Amino acid sequence: MSELPYKIVIGLEVHVQLATQSKLFCRCSTQFGAPPNTQTCPVCSGMPGALPVLNREAYRMAVRAALALNCEIPEFTKWDRKQYYYPDLPKGYQISQFDLPMSQHGHLAISDPKNRFEPKRVGIIRAHLEEDAGKSMHDEQAGTADSRIDLNRCGTPLLEIVSEPEMYSPEEAKAYLTELKLLLTYLEVSDCNMQEGSLRVDANVNLHIPDPEAADGPPIATPIVEVKNMNSFRAVERALHYEADRQWEVWQESHQRLGDVPKQTRGWDENAEITRGQRSKEESSDYRYFPDPDLVPVVMSAKETAEIRNQLGELPAALRKRLEETYGIKPYDSDVLVNQGRALVDYYIELAEQCGDGKLASNWVQQDVLRLLNEREISIDDYAVRPSAFAELLAKVQDGKLDTSRGREVLAEMIEAGLSVADAMEKLGIAEVDDSELVELCQSLIAANPKIVADIQAGNLKAAGALIGQAKKQNPNVNPSRVRELCIELSSEAS
Amino acid sequence: MSLLKKSAVELVSLLRDGELTSADLTRAYLNQIEEHEGTIQAFLHVDREAALQQAEDLDRRRAAGENMGPLGGLPVAVKDLLCTRGVTTTCASRMLENFRPPYDATVIARLKAAGAVLIGRTNMDEFAMGGSCENSAFQTTKNPWDPERIPGGSSGGAAACVAAAMAPLSVGSDTGGSIRQPAALCGVTGLKPTYGRVSRYGLVAFASSLDQIGPLAATAEDVALLLEVLAGHDPLDSTSIDAPVPRYIETVRQPLEGLRVGLVTDHLAEQLDPDVEAAVREAVRVYESLGANVEEVSLPHSRYGIATYYVIAPSEASSNLARYDGAHYGYRTDESALQAELAAERAAAQSEQEEARLDTPLVRMYRKTRSEGFGAEVKRRIMLGTYALSSGYYDAYYLKALKVRRLIVEDYRAAFQKADVLLGPVTPSPAMPLGHFKDDPLGMYLTDLFTVGANLAGIAGISLPCGQSREGLPIGLHLQAPPLEEERLLRAAHMFQTATDWHRRRPDFVASED
Repeated sequence: MSELPYKIVIGLEVHVQLATQSKLFCRCSTQFGAPPNTQTCPVCSGMPGALPVLNREAYRMAVRAALALNCEIPEFTKWDRKQYYYPDLPKGYQISQFDLPMSQHGHLAISDPKNRFEPKRVGIIRAHLEEDAGKSMHDEQAGTADSRIDLNRCGTPLLEIVSEPEMYSPEEAKAYLTELKLLLTYLEVSDCNMQEGSLRVDANVNLHIPDPEAADGPPIATPIVEVKNMNSFRAVERALHYEADRQWEVWQESHQRLGDVPKQTRGWDENAEITRGQRSKEESSDYRYFPDPDLVPVVMSAKETAEIRNQLGELPAALRKRLEETYGIKPYDSDVLVNQGRALVDYYIELAEQCGDGKLASNWVQQDVLRLLNEREISIDDYAVRPSAFAELLAKVQDGKLDTSRGREVLAEMIEAGLSVADAMEKLGIAEVDDSELVELCQSLIAANPKIVADIQAGNLKAAGALIGQAKKQNPNVNPSRVRELCIELSSEAS
Repeated sequence: MSLLKKSAVELVSLLRDGELTSADLTRAYLNQIEEHEGTIQAFLHVDREAALQQAEDLDRRRAAGENMGPLGGLPVAVKDLLCTRGVTTTCASRMLENFRPPYDATVIARLKAAGAVLIGRTNMDEFAMGGSCENSAFQTTKNPWDPERIPGGSSGGAAACVAAAMAPLSVGSDTGGSIRQPAALCGVTGLKPTYGRVSRYGLVAFASSLDQIGPLAATAEDVALLLEVLAGHDPLDSTSIDAPVPRYIETVRQPLEGLRVGLVTDHLAEQLDPDVEAAVREAVRVYESLGANVEEVSLPHSRYGIATYYVIAPSEASSNLARYDGAHYGYRTDESALQAELAAERAAAQSEQEEARLDTPLVRMYRKTRSEGFGAEVKRRIMLGTYALSSGYYDAYYLKALKVRRLIVEDYRAAFQKADVLLGPVTPSPAMPLGHFKDDPLGMYLTDLFTVGANLAGIAGISLPCGQSREGLPIGLHLQAPPLEEERLLRAAHMFQTATDWHRRRPDFVASED
C-alpha cells in the first residue's frame, strides 16, 4: 500500500440490531420476517398519546457489547430526539442518544493472518443505543404507485458503533468489521445478519495526500464522502477500493480539499461496481436534538456494570491467544477456528484435549469437519461424530495404523453409517498388515519393476511413489510410508 | 333538576344507596346538555345512546350486586385529547378530525374501571394551545356566566360544562394553566396535580415535561373524589411517580391545623385587576379567620416564567406534533390536487435547475397536510419551537430556558420552607370578552403569568372560586403546594369552601332551574 501516492482514511459507522425478544421502548416482538405491520402497537407506530418505556434488557445487552469494545460506561445517560421527516419514522423523530451516549472511548484490536497490515487497535469514538426506523418499500417505477411502509422493524433496538477514522486500507476496514461481527456474535447480542439488515455499515472515507509544497507539513485532506448501501463485507472492501481510486482522480482534476464542498453521500452499486452520488442536500440537515421529555435518564451503577463485565465470558481475541498457547497452533489456524464461533471452538478444544495433539486436531477440524459443515450447511452441533469418537480415530492416525486418506474413509463411514471407529474399519476391511507380509509384498514389487528400481537406485526416490500405488492396489491396508521405506531399502539391496 | 345542583359526592352516595339510577342521572345531564349546549358549546361530541348504554350497564351490574367502583355510575366529561378506544379523539384539530384511537388512555381505563359514565368529549383550544377555546378548529365554547365572554382554556369546555351543570365531574389537562385558568374564569374548582401523579399515557401530548391531567368539579371534595380515581403509578408512563395514592376523599374534610399560607407578593404586584386583588386579599382574611398564619413570600424568578414557558412548551410541541404528517393517520391533503399543483409547477419551470428545486411529492404532501390541518396558533408554536431548537439557537433559547426553569424550582423550594401552601390569583383578570386577544397572541400568553410556574416546577396547584367581579364574573384563588401534596391542597381548599359559598354560586340559568 505504501506505493500509493496517498493514504486512505476510513471511519466506519456500524448499526447492529440487538437480539432482544422485544423492542426498545415497547413490548412488540422483534422477530424478522413477519407479515408487514403485524408487530406494531400504539407506541412503535407513533400514535398520539403513546409513550415509550425503556426495555432494560436491551440496555444491559448494549452495555455488554460496549464493555467488550473496551468502552467507558457512564453511570448516567439520557435519551434525545433526533428529528426528521420520513414516512418510515412515524413519530417524526428517532429516540437516540446525542451528547451523553451510553458508552464511549473504546477500541477494537484487529490483525491480519496474511500480514497485509500490522496488528493495531481501532479506536471506538462511541457506541450508543437508539430505535430503528421502519422499512419503506418504494415502487419501482417512481410516481406510478404508492410506496409501502412496514413498521415491524420500527423500535427495534439498534446499537450504533462509531469508529475513529483510523483504518488506512479497505483490508483493515474489512478486518475491523469481521472482528466486530465475531465479537458481537460471541456475546450473543446480535445475529449480525447483513441480509436481514441486523448489521449495517456506512463508511466515511477520504484521502490524505502529502503536501507537495510542504513535504514535512501535514498532509492535504480531501473532502469526506459517506458511502452507503454496502450489503456485505466484501462489498465494503470493494466500495472502499473504488472510492479511493475515484477520489484520487477527482483530486487530480479539482484539487478540492476538505471543507471546500459539503459532505457528499454516495451509494455503492453492487452490479455496476461503482459508487453513485445520492441527492445531496443544499445545507446539512439540522436534527434539532433535544432531551426526550417522555423518558427518564438511565442510571446504571458501577456495580451493575461490573456484574455485566464479569459475565462477558472469553472473547475472541483472548480465545485465539489461548488456543495458540495451549495447543501450539499458528495464529492463522486459531483465527480460522475462532471465526467459526464458540461451539466449534469448544468441539476443537475437546478433540485436542482427548487426542493430545492440537495441531493434528486443528488440521482435521479445518479440513474435514469444516468442509462437511459448509457442504451440508449444518452447525457443529449437528455434526455426527462427537469429539471422543473423533479422538479415537486420530489415535489410529497418530499410531500410524491409519494413513490420512484411509482415515478419511473411516471418518466418512462414521458419519454416513454412524459407526464407531472399530466398526468402520472392519466394514472397510482395514486390518493391520504384518511387517513380514509387507516385506514380501515389496520384494515382489521390486522384482516386477526393474526400471523403477533403477530410478531409485539412481537417486530418484520419488519413483518409489509408483510402487506405493501398486502396493495399495494389492492391499489397501498397507501403510504407504512403511511401503516407501521398505521399497527404498530393498531397492538399494537389489542388484 | 335539583339533582344537577348536588355535588358529585352526594350523587355517588345516592347511587350507592340505590336511591338514584345511573340511567336517570345520566339522562338528567344529557337533557341539560341538550337544553344549553346550543349556547355554551362545551362539547365536541356527545353520544346520548352510548352514554345511556354505559349507565344502564352499570345499573344492571349494581342490581346484580357488583362493586361499582368509586364513581359508581356518575357521568364524567373528558377533554377531547384523552385517547379512547374507538371514540373520535380530535384535540379540537382538523388534523385529528376523524381519528379514532385503537387504545384507551390510562386515565380513560381508570375511569371505566371506577364506574364512570363517559358522557361527552369537551371542547378545547387546538392541541391544548390557548387560553380561551377560541383556537378550537370546530367551535368556541362560551362562558356560562356570560356567553359573550371566553370560558378560558385550554380546558374551556371541561370547566364550562361543570359550571353549566352539564356534568358533575370533568377531566382536563394543564400544561401552563389549562385547568386552573378556565376553572377560575368559570367559577369551578380545578386541580393540576404534581407532574407524574397522573399517567400521561394516552394524553395527546402538547409539551411532555409540563402536561398533566387533572380533575375539575364544583367543590374540592368532588375534585378529591375524581383525583383519587385518576392518580397512581403507571408502568406505561416512564415519568409517572411510583408513590401510593392517599385517600383524598377520606381526608379532604379535615382542616389543617396551624396552616402556613404564603402570599405570593410578586403575583399581587403585576397588572392585576382590582376586583381580583380585592378577592385574593379577602381570601387571605378568610384563611386568617380559620386560624392560618399568613406570611408574604416571594418567587423572584416568577416574572421570567412566561418567557421560559414559551420557549420550553413550543420546543416540545414542535417535536410532539411532528407525527401529524399525513402519512399514517389523521388528515392528509387531497392527493389529486397536490399532483395537479406539482404538474403545473413543473410545466411552468423555466429551467432544469428550477424544476429540480420543486418539492418532491412527499415533501409537498407534508407541507400541504400540515398547512391545512393545523390552525394558526398551533403553527405559530411549532415555528417558535422549531426555531428555539435549531442549531445555533439551542443554547440561547432552549438551554437558557432550562436553566431558568431550575431557578424557578429553587424559588419554590425556598418559598415552601416558609409556607405550606402558596396563595395568589389564578388570572390577572376575570373572563375577557370573546375575541379580546384575537390579534394579540402575546396578550393571551401573558394571562398564564401566575399559573406556568407550577408546571415549570412540576408542583401541584388548585384553582377555587373566591369572589366575583363587579360584572358578576367569577374570580379564582390559586393555591400551590410542594410535589405530591395534593392532599394538603385539597384540605386547604375545602377549609376555604366551608367558610365561603363562592363555589356554590352558579350562573343564573343554572341557579334558576329547579
